[in-house]
Amino acid sequence: MASEKAKALLNWLDERLPVTKFWNDQLVKYYVPKNFNFFYFFGSLALLVLVNQILTGIFLTMHYKPAAELAFDSVEYIMRDVDYGWLLRYMHSTGASMFFIVIYIHMFRAIFYGSFKKPRELIWLFGMTLFLLLMAEAFMGYLLPWGQMSYWGAQVIISLFGAIPVIGEDLAVWVRGDYVIADATLNRFFALHVIGIPLAILMLVVFHLVALRTTGSSNPDGIEIKKQAKDENGVPVDGIPFHPYYTVKDLYAAVVFLIVCSIIIFYMPEVGGYFLEHPNFEPANPAATPEHIQPVWYFTPFYSVLRAIPNKLGGVMAMGASIVLLFLLPWLDRSPVKSIRYRGGIFKIALGLFVVSFIGLGILGTKPVTPTATAFARVFTIIYFAFLLLMPFYPRLEKTKPIPERLTEPVIPLSKREGRHWRMIERGLDAVRTSAFYQNTKARLAAVETHPYYQNVKARLSAAIEWLKTYGSK
Amino acid sequence: MKTAFGIALLLFSFAASAVDSVKPLEDADVDIFDSDSVRRGAGFFANYCVGCHSVKQIRYSRIAKDLELSEDTMRREFMFGDVKIHDYFETAMSKADGENAFGVAPPDLSLVVRARGADWVYSYLKGFYTDPKRPFGVNNLVSRDVAMPNVLWALQGIQEPVIKKIGGVDTVVDVRLVKKGEMSPKEFDQALTDIVNFLAYVSEPSKLQRLPLGKYVIFFLVVLAVIMYRLKKEYWKNIH
Repeated sequence: MASEKAKALLNWLDERLPVTKFWNDQLVKYYVPKNFNFFYFFGSLALLVLVNQILTGIFLTMHYKPAAELAFDSVEYIMRDVDYGWLLRYMHSTGASMFFIVIYIHMFRAIFYGSFKKPRELIWLFGMTLFLLLMAEAFMGYLLPWGQMSYWGAQVIISLFGAIPVIGEDLAVWVRGDYVIADATLNRFFALHVIGIPLAILMLVVFHLVALRTTGSSNPDGIEIKKQAKDENGVPVDGIPFHPYYTVKDLYAAVVFLIVCSIIIFYMPEVGGYFLEHPNFEPANPAATPEHIQPVWYFTPFYSVLRAIPNKLGGVMAMGASIVLLFLLPWLDRSPVKSIRYRGGIFKIALGLFVVSFIGLGILGTKPVTPTATAFARVFTIIYFAFLLLMPFYPRLEKTKPIPERLTEPVIPLSKREGRHWRMIERGLDAVRTSAFYQNTKARLAAVETHPYYQNVKARLSAAIEWLKTYGSK
Repeated sequence: MKTAFGIALLLFSFAASAVDSVKPLEDADVDIFDSDSVRRGAGFFANYCVGCHSVKQIRYSRIAKDLELSEDTMRREFMFGDVKIHDYFETAMSKADGENAFGVAPPDLSLVVRARGADWVYSYLKGFYTDPKRPFGVNNLVSRDVAMPNVLWALQGIQEPVIKKIGGVDTVVDVRLVKKGEMSPKEFDQALTDIVNFLAYVSEPSKLQRLPLGKYVIFFLVVLAVIMYRLKKEYWKNIH
């Protein structure tokens, strides 16, 4: 009875709005490669964090006061007098940092498996634009608590505009609305942080997803499942519907991700001064420059590039280039294969060095300048640019492997991997497996599994899963 | 005005403390869940600190609630002058008076533990030594040439600097007690721990709520994760 009414309602809706069509096109009849691994969780996780930022942001906006005289105290008001205000604030501040962790892994995935290569260039461009917008969003959001680091971080970064010849100083004043960071700056950053940039981000997320739905997802093998043979229903042989397969898989990933976030939010919201910097608990003081000004950790790789160049304008240009070059990746990479699985050793080593350099630049960006640190930053900067600029030449130097017809494993088993280091890891794991401690633990765990209490819980869990599954298929 | 800012910069900048402190900071044994200690710390704060320093981010009523103190106790021990229970815990000293007396207005201490760390506050309060060149006759091991007098001297006693020549320059590397105060060194350390505990509590009162809540949230999410994992396995069992 109830389900008939629901059907009638759905029919009524479908005649007026393509609800069922949308559901089918986007989820149930949207076929995706079946061998997604760990790296493919981060797109949906980014969406989860975005929703978190918007929701917690709305509630924070209800209590926050965007005025230089009031901002700092209003944040402390949220932390103390608003019910669960501290939770909202920590969810928002942790969300900001987690957003960048998620996005950096998401971008790394694209480079690792060549996801940005033809025909997915537009997805990459939309994604890179999203990354830029995210940086702007985070930068402006960081000014809002109006602490010492908010203030001086913004002061330093905005003053970079001054390095641009001729119009630089005027441009910096135009951006700030004042000669220094001041109330006017706080107000416009607030407007952009809560309305302007989020709107642009939402629009681009739609573009990013529509473009993805058009080409379909790539996969760890870089094989186009759309070009594969199809079964009698026109479904690619290695494709599975997004729903329910990846909805349940992504839900599981989301919960694990939320556990990590909760550990941070409840037990270490400052993360040792990286997610929330200690000097930011002092109100902004235009008269007292902190001894060491650093941006938040997620900007430090680019900040290091800036500092590595001895000339201010040169530094700004290098920092800009370090991001602009990423936009060009689909055209810089000329390899005939997408995935790292079928590329030669040179690319693997180059990518490894690139990752080390990026992390190295990030770490150096949080440290004060010393001659040694600058020397390292310069080496890492050179590697960073070399990796990107030499991309067109790797294919000439390396031999790619033949790509199979069908998708392979999400994670290649150790035994199938080539290379001496994998053999060493294999031997190491064998040694662990034969150790007395491992055997002992295994035996104990087996004993736990036969315990009636465990059996009881397991049976109940199975019943719950069964119920969820039947409920889900309705 | 500019000179006042200049002095503030000099006195309160990290630079002076970070570069000059030869002795590493001492460990403050902070536990804001030790409500007896926090309560004692609040008492010390009311007797020795609030004359000049505010903790303007916290209300008397919040302290009363978190430390389980009655309104009468609050009025008797903490609320001086014409203040209401929901008012913020502020000093009666005006900014101008502070600047006249010390050259710089004493800072608000609501977030000092979050900004500088409990170890810093603890070592700072313990680090005063006699220095006839300073206006109040004391200097500080952790924050050199700080404007603050040693308000706890009666409890602590008098400390003298231990001077060593480092690179040809006389440097204060440590302090030693030369005249006993009302408290034994052990008692005084406990009093400082109490004060730091109170300031740590004031810097983030929601911690009293945050830490106990975390385990329930995480337990719920772990159970949910197990269910989600099994659900995923169930759906995926036919995919090879």
